[in-house]
Amino acid sequence: MSKRKVKNVHLPIGECIAQVQQILRERFCQRQLPERPEGVEAQHKHLEELLKRTAIHGESNSVLIVGPRGAGKTTLLRCVLRELSKEQEVQKNLLLVHLNGLLQTDDRIALKEITRQLHLENVVGDKVFGSFAENLAFLLDALKKGDRSSSRPVLFVLDEFDLFAHHKNQTLLYNLLDVSQSAQAPVAVVGITCRLDVLELLEKRVKSRFSHRQIHLLSSLTFPQYLDRVQAQLSLPDDVPDSNFAQEWNASVKTLCEDKAVEEVLQRHFNSSKDFRSLHALLMPCLSRVSVAKPTIKPADLLDASRLCFADTKASMLHGLSILELCLIIAMKHLNDVYKGEPFNLQMVHNEFKKFLQRKSNSMYNFDQPVIMKAFEHLQQLELIRPVDGSSAKTQREYQLMRLMLDQSQIMEALQKYPQCPTDVKQWAISAFA
Amino acid sequence: MTGLLQQPGYEEERLQRVSELLPCREVQAGMLLSLMGEPQQYCYPSIFMFGHRSSGKSHVINVLLKELELPHATVSCVECVSATLLFDKVLLSFFGSDAASLLPRSPSLSDFVRIFRQHSSQFPAKQTRYIIMEKAELLRDAEANLLPALLRLQELVEDNVTVILLSEIVWDTFRPNTGCFEPLLLYFPDYSKGELQQILSKDRHPSYSAEFYYSYINILLGVFYSVCRDLRELRHLAALNFPKFCEPVEAGKVKETDAHKLWKNIEPHLKKAMQTVYLREVSSVQWEQMQQMEEDETGAMRGLSAHTHVELPYYSKFLLIAAYLASYNPARTDKRFFVKHHGKIKKTNFLKKNEKTSNHLLGPKPFPLDRLLAIFYSVVDSRVAPTASIFSQISSLVTLQLLVKVSHDDQLDAPKYKCAVSLDFISAISRTVNFDIVKYLYDFL
Repeated sequence: MSKRKVKNVHLPIGECIAQVQQILRERFCQRQLPERPEGVEAQHKHLEELLKRTAIHGESNSVLIVGPRGAGKTTLLRCVLRELSKEQEVQKNLLLVHLNGLLQTDDRIALKEITRQLHLENVVGDKVFGSFAENLAFLLDALKKGDRSSSRPVLFVLDEFDLFAHHKNQTLLYNLLDVSQSAQAPVAVVGITCRLDVLELLEKRVKSRFSHRQIHLLSSLTFPQYLDRVQAQLSLPDDVPDSNFAQEWNASVKTLCEDKAVEEVLQRHFNSSKDFRSLHALLMPCLSRVSVAKPTIKPADLLDASRLCFADTKASMLHGLSILELCLIIAMKHLNDVYKGEPFNLQMVHNEFKKFLQRKSNSMYNFDQPVIMKAFEHLQQLELIRPVDGSSAKTQREYQLMRLMLDQSQIMEALQKYPQCPTDVKQWAISAFA
Repeated sequence: MTGLLQQPGYEEERLQRVSELLPCREVQAGMLLSLMGEPQQYCYPSIFMFGHRSSGKSHVINVLLKELELPHATVSCVECVSATLLFDKVLLSFFGSDAASLLPRSPSLSDFVRIFRQHSSQFPAKQTRYIIMEKAELLRDAEANLLPALLRLQELVEDNVTVILLSEIVWDTFRPNTGCFEPLLLYFPDYSKGELQQILSKDRHPSYSAEFYYSYINILLGVFYSVCRDLRELRHLAALNFPKFCEPVEAGKVKETDAHKLWKNIEPHLKKAMQTVYLREVSSVQWEQMQQMEEDETGAMRGLSAHTHVELPYYSKFLLIAAYLASYNPARTDKRFFVKHHGKIKKTNFLKKNEKTSNHLLGPKPFPLDRLLAIFYSVVDSRVAPTASIFSQISSLVTLQLLVKVSHDDQLDAPKYKCAVSLDFISAISRTVNFDIVKYLYDFL
């Protein structure tokens, strides 16, 4: 469709494309914050107010940001922090501590990290502390003494908050929340999590110290809004050097989003998930195809990308199996049909396969038992079949009970696509359960 | 898409060299390269490449990164038994040995990310750094936080780094139960038969013509293609059997163009190879030796699995026979087989069985020690006292893995066992003590 004519460019087209790639890639990898997070104005305002109160008035607070993965929790927090840091007073005062539940897997590591991020290593030095709380109290004391006039507020950001709840006795959470409730040092604890039931994970004493303030980031997008979002994600900002090119690019994005086929693809994607991250995963392959020879995103690119996204990976793995392995899978499928999903072993599968060979009276697939065993083991390696119980050493290999990890439609679909599938095998698969 | 890979930011001749090194993988290499983008641009935080064994996953990515001289660290998850080795390797290849030496004795992920950050802020990435994890399915068995952290490493270290996971297994089985950052999936399809032919005929013998080797590959694939599509295995088999193929040509009996005679010569040989060298019954060195010894019929040499004969004491043999009978016969038939005056048992009732209940299909059943001893006394002719030696023989059969103890280890009274030998093995044993085992097996009545 949109044939873009290259004329009146100030920069060579190669550089323009490079710029597009640069800008959009950074956006998709979430390196670049949006101007203002969209659709979450209320939450944004709430969080900003709260953090401002801590930063300026020295009020202690705790809050949880809850939302599904890819809903923009971290982005929201980063936007708020960016705006806060613009204020001089806050910039001078506020101390930030970032912790991540994936990295700080126990309280000892977390405490070390806090010490490091508050630049207190030289103060703690070689002092030995009795308890964890003592250590933490010392840290906060040190904060108070560090500034002559008054104590500086500390903002603790706990990413993957639910993982901190799995620490022993939840000591870190208890102490942080306890400080936020009682001690004088102003502390704000911001937890980010994707679990809605995160409060159920907390111990009673921890839970009682938490302020029960939650900010939910549940997407309430409608499809037209989603379309706008896609367009906004792909458009270039106004401040690129070559504004001419930017306008043309944005126009081409606009026509792309109005295309019927594209809309259908996006609708399908929208129905499966509304978050931005899966959108980025969809748009990234499209973007990567943009080159000097093809300076716009075509609807076909999006179609291809969504086909890749929605492809059944297991069915495509079946495509690469050898005929023998495919026959074994068909035999397993028959066993599943006949015995209603009871687990099977290699002997039964081989027996079923032999029955097929007898009917066919063709010796083409007459393989020895060891060859069949090798094929069977390959299937197990690919995790297309899985042992029922983990103890593999206890029984002989041919008698180990297995379960098929595929369903019927996947097998049939793979058979349809299989290159040069022998007709009798196909027939066997279909005739099956009579 | 044929021909050259194209991507701005890289030198033309290098791209050309890369595309020559990657036969039949232009599409995948092109896709990967366009995802990677120009070296200084950001790439998606994690990419998951999957496909069958030897479909060129690590070859493509390694050639790309090596030829284009991008900073990368290749890590095999098989080697890295602990996360320490992984961290060490990654830091070593990005920042040199002084960074790796900063790691404490048993570093946590936190230490790794801290050191990585520290160094990347000193030497910020001018080009995307790639971490390649081979055999990524083993990451699932590592600590629970390692895989999710690697998937979002770009965000954690705030550097231009991309983690590429390679695996044979589909992504669905990787996902942790609280979710994680979803990587981009990239499927490497299997080679088609034509592509296999094309790749295999690349390493032809210089002293023979290309057509000659091509026809050999054709025959080889005709035999093995329905069983094996593994390029590496096929290449190995092709190299092993080629001397035999050109033997008649060298002897002057057959011309190079006489395809039919050559086929007649090699085909039985290849079929034999499937039974022996493909299953590693015979090692490839032995196979080569066998090919040289002309008088020796190929396959006459005993393979690994032919060595099943085990020398056992007399009572051990009977214990094993008794165990086999106890495992494969249902307990209700014991009376019929082993008691002299068992009274009347209705034949119709007794023989009622269907296929599913055949024990040689279902495998051995566990039995208690008492039943084993009862059958043992009944099959052994002479009177045997239940001495300590009998019991120690039972337990040594367990250590030889001929019997398997099913019940819990510390159970002293009434332990349960299972027999773990095949029918061939047990009939060989029973022949040595003149015992007709087939007569006593319920399945063969």
